[in-house]
Amino acid sequence: MNEVLLRSLTPSVLAILVRRGADFAAAEDAVQEALVEAVRVWPADPPRDAKGWLVTVAWRKFLDATRADTARRRREVVVDEEPVPGPAPAVDDTLQLYFLCAHPSLTPSSAVALTLRAVGGLTTRQIAQAYLVPEATMAQRISRAKRTVSGVRFDQPGDVATVLRVLYLVFNEGYSGDVDLAAEAIRLTRQLAAQVDHPEVAGLLALMLLHHARRTARTAPDGSLVPLAEQDRGRWDTRSIAEGVAILQVALARDRLGEFQAQAAIAALHADAPTAEETDWVQIVEWYDELARLTDSPVVRLNRAVAVGEADGPRAGLAALAALDDSLPRHTAVAAYLHERDGDLTAAALLYAEAAHKATDLAERDHLTRQAARLNTRLNAHRRR
Amino acid sequence: MAKYLLLKHYRGAPAAVNDVPMDQWTPEEISAHVRYMNDFAARLEKTGEFVDSQALAPEGTFVRYDGEGRPPVTDGPFAETKDLIAGWMVIDVDSYERAVELAGELSAAPGAGGKPIHEWLELRPFYGISPSNSECSFK
Repeated sequence: MNEVLLRSLTPSVLAILVRRGADFAAAEDAVQEALVEAVRVWPADPPRDAKGWLVTVAWRKFLDATRADTARRRREVVVDEEPVPGPAPAVDDTLQLYFLCAHPSLTPSSAVALTLRAVGGLTTRQIAQAYLVPEATMAQRISRAKRTVSGVRFDQPGDVATVLRVLYLVFNEGYSGDVDLAAEAIRLTRQLAAQVDHPEVAGLLALMLLHHARRTARTAPDGSLVPLAEQDRGRWDTRSIAEGVAILQVALARDRLGEFQAQAAIAALHADAPTAEETDWVQIVEWYDELARLTDSPVVRLNRAVAVGEADGPRAGLAALAALDDSLPRHTAVAAYLHERDGDLTAAALLYAEAAHKATDLAERDHLTRQAARLNTRLNAHRRR
Repeated sequence: MAKYLLLKHYRGAPAAVNDVPMDQWTPEEISAHVRYMNDFAARLEKTGEFVDSQALAPEGTFVRYDGEGRPPVTDGPFAETKDLIAGWMVIDVDSYERAVELAGELSAAPGAGGKPIHEWLELRPFYGISPSNSECSFK
């Protein structure tokens, strides 16, 4: 049984049912039942038109579920139950499904869960595993999300920015069960990019590919973080980098810059440097300036301070940092790094320890504690001499 | 089988024997410590005694209901004198003796100088059916 094929067909089958007037929650249940049926029947009797088969069976399941209601409905059913002649319509409604699953009435975590379920075709168990919550919790989250969007009209135009935000949330999720969420986010964004011609969709796809290319080099065998400058660049995925850069270049040429394109441009400059020392920090600072103009995000300005520290020296970086609120996440870690580069190891060691205490991520905390320990070891050896 | 919670404290527990703050260790000592913890969990997974393990961030807040139509009252972050929990591990073992044995092993994680920390861990049983009851009911 080709699970990948089934998963890739799921969203368009679901979209066709909803387009025909099925309620979203009921349509989703019907599609799941059709998938179960496919797994049972296909190995012995594979259909010629897989999608058409799924649409017919799912529609019948949907009608079965609603049939019991009234005699009036039963009469309608007799008419509707005729199997769809020929292949399923070529028009793909999947795009609408993306917008529905990212609807502003949903909380971010619900939108993410619904997208993985309805567009990605993952099972509730797989999504629960990926987010480390009990399956019953995830089932509740998904069914509440389905109820929330059930009243939403399917032909409402959606907001691409909201969809992109949801996909980026999926990509950034660090945990993983038997589904690789980063790869899943790339797959869904690729699918979206094939349907909607928008430079920011291309920008997000490029950004994901460029980040993903560095993944294996980002952690040591014991699970500890390896900073960008110390990563083994031979382990970066050059094919993924080349694809990301090519997609980004086409997007940038259209001259409709957005934050994902700008972030991807920064990632591309990092990916392009043969060694950390050869990184084009001057251009990276310019892209951070663009990004700050587009988003006005304090996190962007914090990252910009790091880039300024590399381009113009640690003193310039510290000056840029001084203008920012020191309660920002990672502010202390950046201060520690810039103080170390400036040669003030005592201040840097204290700041690293403080940053470790504030860290909200375990790998990050261990990394910062190691940095503090590394400097303290050096300082102690120096004092003993 | 009975479930026990092993609690690691940042502070609030009695001082460890090998009580050196982590940022004073060498990076190699930190790696050895992390490896010990991971190996310990992996070993318990093999014996079927591992349930869950999580580390907690240091910041925490006390929250209390403050009456109809009012936002909850919060207190904190914790003052220095209050306790802080660094993380936990849940194990599912056959006996209290086994739970104590495992907590002892976990407390021996290496610290400064590669020597065991001898930190105090809190061991708390989960409520549940006692072993004797469940044994009888199936006979």
